[in-house]
Amino acid sequence: MSSGPHPGTRAPRRILVAGGGPAAHRLAECLHAYGHPGPVTLLDAAPEPVHHRPLLTSLLTGELPPAALRLPPPPGAEVHRATEVTGIDRARREVRAVRNGTVSRHPYDVLVLATGARPVIPPLPGTTGPDGRLAPGVTALRTPADLRRITGATAVVLGGGPLGVETAVALARRSTATTLLCAGPHPLHRRLDDLGGALLTARLERAGVTVRAGRTAVRRTPGRVLLDDGSALPAATLVLCTGAEPEVRTARAAGLPVRTGIVVDDALRTGDPRVYAIGDCAEHAGRAVAGYESARAQAESLAAILTGRATVHRPPPYVFRPRTPAVDLCCVGPPAAFADPGVRTVTLHDRAGERYGRLAVREDRIAAAVLLGLPEAIAAVTQLHRYGRPVPSDRLALLLGVASAPPSTAAGPDENAVICLCNSVPLRKLAGAWRDGARTVDALADATRATTGCGDCAARIAGLCADWAREAAAPGTSPGPGAGGAAPSGTGEAAGSGAVPSGDAEPGAASPAPNREPVR
Amino acid sequence: MSEPRRPGPEEARTHCPYCALQCATRLSGDREAGVTVEPADFPVNRGKLCQKGWTAPELLGVPDRLTSPLVRGSDGRLAPASWETALDTVAGRLRRIRERHGPDAVGVFGGGGLTNEKAYLLGKFARLALGTSQIDYNGRFCMSSAAAAGNDAFGLDRGLPFPVTDLGDAGTVLLAGANVAETMPPLMQHLDRPRLIVVDPRRSATARRAALHLRPAPGTDLALALGLLHIAVTEGLADTGYIERRTRGYEEAVGRAMGWWPERVEAVTGVPASDQRTAVRMLAEHPRTYVLTGRGAEQHSQGTATAAAFINLALALGLPGTTGAGYGCLTGQGNGQGGREHGQKSDQLPGYRSITDPAARAQVAGVWGVRPETLPGPGRTAWELLDALGGDRGIRALLVFASNPVVSAPHSARVADRLAALDLLVVADFVPSDTARTADVVLPVAQWAEEEGTMTSLEGRVLRRRALLTPPPGVRDDLRVLRDLAVRLGEPASRYPTEPRAVFEELRAASRGGRADYSGISYERLDAGEALHWPCPDTAPDHPGTPRLFLDRFAHPDGRARFAAVDHRGPAETTSEEYPVYATTGRVLAHYQSGAQTRRVAELAEAAPEAYVEVHPDTAARCRLTDRGLARVSSARGAMTARVRLDPTLRPDTVFVPFHFARDGRANLFTHPALDPRSGMPEFKVSAVRLDPLAE
Repeated sequence: MSSGPHPGTRAPRRILVAGGGPAAHRLAECLHAYGHPGPVTLLDAAPEPVHHRPLLTSLLTGELPPAALRLPPPPGAEVHRATEVTGIDRARREVRAVRNGTVSRHPYDVLVLATGARPVIPPLPGTTGPDGRLAPGVTALRTPADLRRITGATAVVLGGGPLGVETAVALARRSTATTLLCAGPHPLHRRLDDLGGALLTARLERAGVTVRAGRTAVRRTPGRVLLDDGSALPAATLVLCTGAEPEVRTARAAGLPVRTGIVVDDALRTGDPRVYAIGDCAEHAGRAVAGYESARAQAESLAAILTGRATVHRPPPYVFRPRTPAVDLCCVGPPAAFADPGVRTVTLHDRAGERYGRLAVREDRIAAAVLLGLPEAIAAVTQLHRYGRPVPSDRLALLLGVASAPPSTAAGPDENAVICLCNSVPLRKLAGAWRDGARTVDALADATRATTGCGDCAARIAGLCADWAREAAAPGTSPGPGAGGAAPSGTGEAAGSGAVPSGDAEPGAASPAPNREPVR
Repeated sequence: MSEPRRPGPEEARTHCPYCALQCATRLSGDREAGVTVEPADFPVNRGKLCQKGWTAPELLGVPDRLTSPLVRGSDGRLAPASWETALDTVAGRLRRIRERHGPDAVGVFGGGGLTNEKAYLLGKFARLALGTSQIDYNGRFCMSSAAAAGNDAFGLDRGLPFPVTDLGDAGTVLLAGANVAETMPPLMQHLDRPRLIVVDPRRSATARRAALHLRPAPGTDLALALGLLHIAVTEGLADTGYIERRTRGYEEAVGRAMGWWPERVEAVTGVPASDQRTAVRMLAEHPRTYVLTGRGAEQHSQGTATAAAFINLALALGLPGTTGAGYGCLTGQGNGQGGREHGQKSDQLPGYRSITDPAARAQVAGVWGVRPETLPGPGRTAWELLDALGGDRGIRALLVFASNPVVSAPHSARVADRLAALDLLVVADFVPSDTARTADVVLPVAQWAEEEGTMTSLEGRVLRRRALLTPPPGVRDDLRVLRDLAVRLGEPASRYPTEPRAVFEELRAASRGGRADYSGISYERLDAGEALHWPCPDTAPDHPGTPRLFLDRFAHPDGRARFAAVDHRGPAETTSEEYPVYATTGRVLAHYQSGAQTRRVAELAEAAPEAYVEVHPDTAARCRLTDRGLARVSSARGAMTARVRLDPTLRPDTVFVPFHFARDGRANLFTHPALDPRSGMPEFKVSAVRLDPLAE
């Protein structure tokens, strides 16, 4: 059994979680849902309840009040807030924690480390004060409290990653004069090629963000950020979106294997079979700080593992999808995949429409994709990638997000096309009735019941009557329905539905008037 | 022999035998000359009918109409028998089973097509004559999720708490999982002006007429509804004054919805974030907005939560209980509304009262002339009941009225097995349905145009069903069947009136003061042409009925509606390598429910002759299927056979199969019996399946 060697354990296992962030919260929720019988305790260093981190920028724009971001307390779990884990005694299976200077001890059968990550503070002069803390006017962006540090009419967002982009747009939306500063050739340069980067930059500029790419900050002074080209940017606040690093201090002190993060195997187990790690603090398959969705997925897997429902964690395919109203953008798969010899690429570039899409398809699966300004394609590709489904054969339609045409259009006029759905009346039946003398909508209704259900097809059938009458009156052609090649009525959904293939009845050559009473 | 009746009038003003729209019709003619139908001018159908309505008279003369009771003999064959023999057989065997195994060894399975009178008397018969708690009905497979969500939110469940005609003045109507252009076509007359937002994985006939079509992956409607609420809140479109004044539970519900930002919803549902935003703006920018749900949203193991999430959205926008706006669910079966109000539901007594409520028990017991403690408690819900059939599982005998669970219940091969394990199966029907063919005793009963009674339509309006014809010789009315069985089981005959009007009078009394109060409704008032929507209490002067509910207050004691704190979990089954495609089931225009009626009408059988599966051309190619060829559609539970129809507008990960067909064509051979924990609704709308080509 993968959930660790606990032979002979009869009593429900006590699960202790070091951390109270999204991963810890989700784990507790799922343990409850899966009916874990033992106690679940969360030791959360933060004083405030956990919040939806992806919504921080909605707080920034004022779309949401802080209270709205709080997650409901996880059912069935005991949560200790402002309680910082200071040590793990693996031999005694006990965690030491401190709350308001008071030390407490917490025994466990299973310990889950979900200590999260903390922002990386770049070595930029002027960023931190003498105490090593962030100087006034400088903030990272990880908690609602960080937002309160943003003041003034100008801001520089440092970092061209997804958080930097989202934050810059949110600040601009609340009328802060905002510059997005990044060292790469354009924001999100690890994900986007030059074409995509140029479109993104244009979109950001239109959203009110000044983009300064290819430059680095050399110094920050109150109210200003100085760049490597000697220029200066006004910055009442400097917002650091310069990445995060796993919080591993306690794990390291306890002697658990740590590289970038706390190293875990496919069962999310650390070097100690009773200790697991999930979320941004964990390094699974060589990856740490993998983000919110990854943390949730690990939490869900671990709950399944601990309740005997699963044995391993399979990370879901990663979808890069920044949350910003400035641009619909999505990337999947490694950018390097576009250069693989084994892939076929499809590219769509609409410069005027600021739309750009690039797919790399290997066999019939998506190897990589970059999509910008293509909302339908983003939704479709996200699902294809997420569930590993085959790519539709019409790849351009996938990119454009248009539904393929119904078969009747492709096949031309179809005498079996149903014109009146409510009464299952196909075109051929209407044409037959017309030939038999039903020359008005009412007469056709009497003859076929078309239009008597919801009435929606009445206009279309009036159009058919007019077409057939015109056709019948036209000199030199075989008149009436049954001659073939009638002009589409223009009132129907499917082009060409006004045309009727040949019938064997003699068409009503002497009945040109569209509104003539039926001859019975 | 049938009851001697008055000779049929030459014309009868009645309603269509099929769906809950209950289009008004005029029937004329007789059996010899043939019966013709004309649509009547009525607010709901405005002189229109769909193909099912136009062809309904053919039902009256189907060649294999049952006209004699059938009893399975020692040779294993069903053979004609007299009514006396059949009823004696049934009663005798029921008595023995009850004596040996207790009253709960006998179950009853009713239907949403029964008149109010029959539904009421069937519930009474089960509780008194059989003394069993084991009664439920096929409406559990239809309306139960919306009913549970509506009761929780509003304190009362009436499909549409406003007349259908109100919809015509709407600016925007959201239809979640409702394909009304096929399932109740004349309703579309009321939807041709509003802008439609249609939520459906398929580009259905209704979706083709939508201003905006959202196509969530099967089983993800709940995530979408949560996401729409999220957007309404974050974009400041929630009606805070209304929420403050008229609701409770907003904060907690929104707390759950906060986890569903548009991009996350997009990843789960496949609905573009931009379309989600457009939808919410369309809903919020016009004051006359309606949110309507149908089976597509409700037939899930999280169906109650899904309906509740759409109600949450409607409440956040301030729609329910507001003139010219609202939430409703579109009832499916003809008397799906009345059928869930009068006591054939496992947990209910007449008047839409809870069977666990002591006051309700006392009231109904008083009307029935028994002590409250003699009434059984709540029983199993429909699927649980069917799953409990057969000796060792508890239920040894089952009486089926107006239902065909061999076709309509999920995992139908198992249902057939369970039915076969019964000591006694009795089916009352007017045609040899697939379930009737497996019965030990078949009782031939009257049908729509041969009987009097009332039906309650999707808008809560009580309607008169009237007879044009007398039943054919040998056919009896269900009311009389119940009376005759009850008497044989030792009940006084006076407890089981056989005149519909007398049953209705008793129903009025039993419903008095209940949530669905019919006490002020009478045949006289209905026959005089009054439009009476329940609740209609017995007052002086006459109560005018309640076409619009909740305008002043909701039906909870404090008058406030309740938000529900719901979250998305996902369907019970997801696709896998072995079963890589989702199958979803539904209806087609030409057929009704299990098709036992409509498949016997030549014109309808011609329009939709056999089971089919709609497949995206890419999926078909991958599965080596050809257009118009045959396919085997298999799940972990079973397989059915269907004709392939290519449809490039489908999601490639989803196929659609209509559920109206019998034998190998039963969609329910592959469906999943995972139940909604609150409503008992099975997950008809999501199964993981595999498709394989099949030789003709």
